[in-house]
Amino acid sequence: MLTILFDGVAYGMLMFVLAVGLSVTLGLMNFVNLAHGAFAMAGGYVTVVLMNRYGVPFLACLPLAFIAAALLGLVLERTLYRRLYERPHLDHVLFSIGIVFMAVAAVDWVMGSSQQNLRLPPWLSGRFDVFGVGVGRYRAFLIAVCGLLVITLELAVARTRFGSRLRAAVDDRRVARGLGIPVDTIFAATFAVGSGLAGLGGAMGAELLGLDPTFPLKFMIYFLIVVAVGGTSGLVGPFVAALLLGVADVAGKYYAPAFGAFAIYTVMIAILLLRPQGLFARPR
Amino acid sequence: MADAVDAATTGSAAARVGATLAAAHRPRRAEIVFWLLVFVAPLALPRHALLGNEIAILALFALSLDLILGYAGIVSLGHAAFFGVGAYTAGLFAKHVTGDPLAGLAVAAGAATLVGFATSFLVLRGTDLTRLMVTLGVALMLGEIANRAAGITGGADGLQGVAIAPLFGRFAFDLTGHTAFAYSLSVLFVLFLAARRLVHSPFGISLRAIRDNPLRAAAIGIPVNRRLVAVYTIAATYAGAAGALLAQTTQFVSLDALAFERSADVLLLVVIGGTGYLYGGFIGALVFKLAQEGFAGLTPQYWHFWVGLVLVVLVLIGRDRLHGAAARLLARAARATTRSPASGGAETR
Amino acid sequence: MAAPLETIGLCKSFGGLVATNDVSLRLEAGARQALIGPNGAGKTTFVNLLAGALPPTAGTVLLNGEDVTRMSIDQRVRRGLGRTFQINQLFGSMTPVETLGLAVSERMGRGGDGWRSAGTDARVVAEIAAIASRFGLDESLDVPAAALPYGKQRLLEIAVTFACRPRVLLLDEPAAGVPETERHEILAAVAALPREVAVLLIEHDMDLVFSFAERVTVMVDGAIYADGPPDVIARDPRVRAVYLGEGDG
Repeated sequence: MLTILFDGVAYGMLMFVLAVGLSVTLGLMNFVNLAHGAFAMAGGYVTVVLMNRYGVPFLACLPLAFIAAALLGLVLERTLYRRLYERPHLDHVLFSIGIVFMAVAAVDWVMGSSQQNLRLPPWLSGRFDVFGVGVGRYRAFLIAVCGLLVITLELAVARTRFGSRLRAAVDDRRVARGLGIPVDTIFAATFAVGSGLAGLGGAMGAELLGLDPTFPLKFMIYFLIVVAVGGTSGLVGPFVAALLLGVADVAGKYYAPAFGAFAIYTVMIAILLLRPQGLFARPR
Repeated sequence: MADAVDAATTGSAAARVGATLAAAHRPRRAEIVFWLLVFVAPLALPRHALLGNEIAILALFALSLDLILGYAGIVSLGHAAFFGVGAYTAGLFAKHVTGDPLAGLAVAAGAATLVGFATSFLVLRGTDLTRLMVTLGVALMLGEIANRAAGITGGADGLQGVAIAPLFGRFAFDLTGHTAFAYSLSVLFVLFLAARRLVHSPFGISLRAIRDNPLRAAAIGIPVNRRLVAVYTIAATYAGAAGALLAQTTQFVSLDALAFERSADVLLLVVIGGTGYLYGGFIGALVFKLAQEGFAGLTPQYWHFWVGLVLVVLVLIGRDRLHGAAARLLARAARATTRSPASGGAETR
Repeated sequence: MAAPLETIGLCKSFGGLVATNDVSLRLEAGARQALIGPNGAGKTTFVNLLAGALPPTAGTVLLNGEDVTRMSIDQRVRRGLGRTFQINQLFGSMTPVETLGLAVSERMGRGGDGWRSAGTDARVVAEIAAIASRFGLDESLDVPAAALPYGKQRLLEIAVTFACRPRVLLLDEPAAGVPETERHEILAAVAALPREVAVLLIEHDMDLVFSFAERVTVMVDGAIYADGPPDVIARDPRVRAVYLGEGDG
């Protein structure tokens, strides 16, 4: 049972790192970016190529994956996304679906459609004992790194000047602009960091989640669940939602394998029925 | 007496009002021409019956999405759910009960109606994002169910052994696709007529009001939720009918009836054709299928790359600009064709 | 005899902010009552509470003696409550004919008809025409609402609410934003409302208030500050202090 909880938490925290960019993008730019998973996929594939073809060690790949995905996000945001912020949500949906389709097909063409194999370094394989409970090293690593990231993010948003400007811009874009806050720069930076985090998550999680060209489509719903249930105002909501999602999914697949996937769908529908604005949305 | 004058002016005003409303739902000349062409197609293009059948089915599916997207403003990412329910129900019905196509169509549409009604309450609440999620989630769930229940549905291999009996006992569904094309077209036409009446009725106008300003709609006394549930259910029925047609005319059902790509494709083609005037789906379906046929020769497995590209470009250009340009072109074409040859170059305004 | 509209201890708080503070108000049959107050006094919040657009934190709303506090907007409309919006809330792409037709059909219980085409019911058509001419919209019948001049839009706003045949009508600043040249039409329309409809007028324009109202209620900081006939209120020093102290009224 504890192992399941542990695995669920690892899964959930990974989900958070993957989805947090989407949550902030939605809250900040009011943009529904269904292509968010494509950045995760980019980070994953960058890592696989670097490791398998160039022998770069796993740990070194992680920041590179972050940077690659962040750069990709920055370029796309500056050239394409920023033209669409004022458009209705339908346009966002259509556009980002288009990006996903293109990304999926492009990766399929370049890398082939089979699952990529990521060989974890030996120090991450296997388990070690904590109070008699077998703890997977890889999952412990995930929890540790993601936990660090969560704390860093929270500190960055709560304590730094950038963070307070970000929060102001999320709260009220027009007023923030009026106060002289460089909203466009904040959008670009936030989108880049969010995409970078997704890329990092894709790199870290490739072993756990599997990596193939359909990754963005497979996991789209998971990211959306985290954001819809967790809300877009703050980090706590998505964090808790991601943990819930992780634990529910792992537990569901373990205890009732025939209905594994349904566990999250049912939980999601139930939560959205009861609180359509998400579990943590600010009252309007 | 002022009353007599008032009565007279009110009477004529009422006549004007009545005339305006009546004019809105009278068939336009372009519509009549369109349907004449459509019904001539099976006779004029017998070798393209299979393609025509696919276009008709896709048009019906697109029409069902237009009802909720164009008229009620509900953005659904999982409309394929109802298409898939219709397809699998029709296939299983033919396989295990009877191969009679009309009975299967009715049962399949009924099943889709039930699923539509049951899930309609999920789209009433919450924001656009919640609705996207919920519709996507329902479609994914049904896809998962179809996958797991491989013993019944055939899973990834698809449902085999679907045998459809001849229509009215006489017209067999053969490889030429002639029966299939005529069957699908007829179903499409009947359902289209019903949708047209719906859209021009008080119910249909209230949907537009809900789409434009839900707060005001409620403030007029429109029971917003009831109307949304009703139109969502009707749209599910139509989508289920389209799925049933596909299952019956191809005698096969596979998991891609429920796939995300199917929901995304139909969303794209309704947007290309234009929402909110019922014919957008037809135009989109025609364009989409013809393009797909064209690309099948080039790079079949990367078809969705081009779909994605069109989506991106379409949104960047702006749907309004695209439709505005198309409307202007059509208007110019209409003026050019109605200029009477007898008047030569003299144009009266 | 139950009053057409009554609130008992109505409260609304947004977190720590109290927008409506224990308001008990009674609108008599055939009333011509005005609700005035400085900016930010909570008048529009109050109207939203009455109409059902906002749920109250506490208190009750009674429509003809029936407790409607938990009812949705459209349920209240069907029980005889109508309200106009301070900023026009119309259906941009729909013409006055379609808009009025909607309201009239709903009222007659025909709004859910999915088969008969709109415009085939003679009674509905006649009533659309009657309401349109009553509110001076005869010349604009087929113009989409978004294309109408602002004053005509405002008239349509009032007309469509009137088409629901409310027994209680909440008018939220009907003359707001209307250019000088078109104001008289609004004022005439408001003055010509049927006597049996109880009207609560929220306004800043004192000329309109004093020419229309038989009773004036002053709201300050979400609570009722003063209540009485217009001439008494106009002379009340406390009321003048509130307005003058707050700057422009």
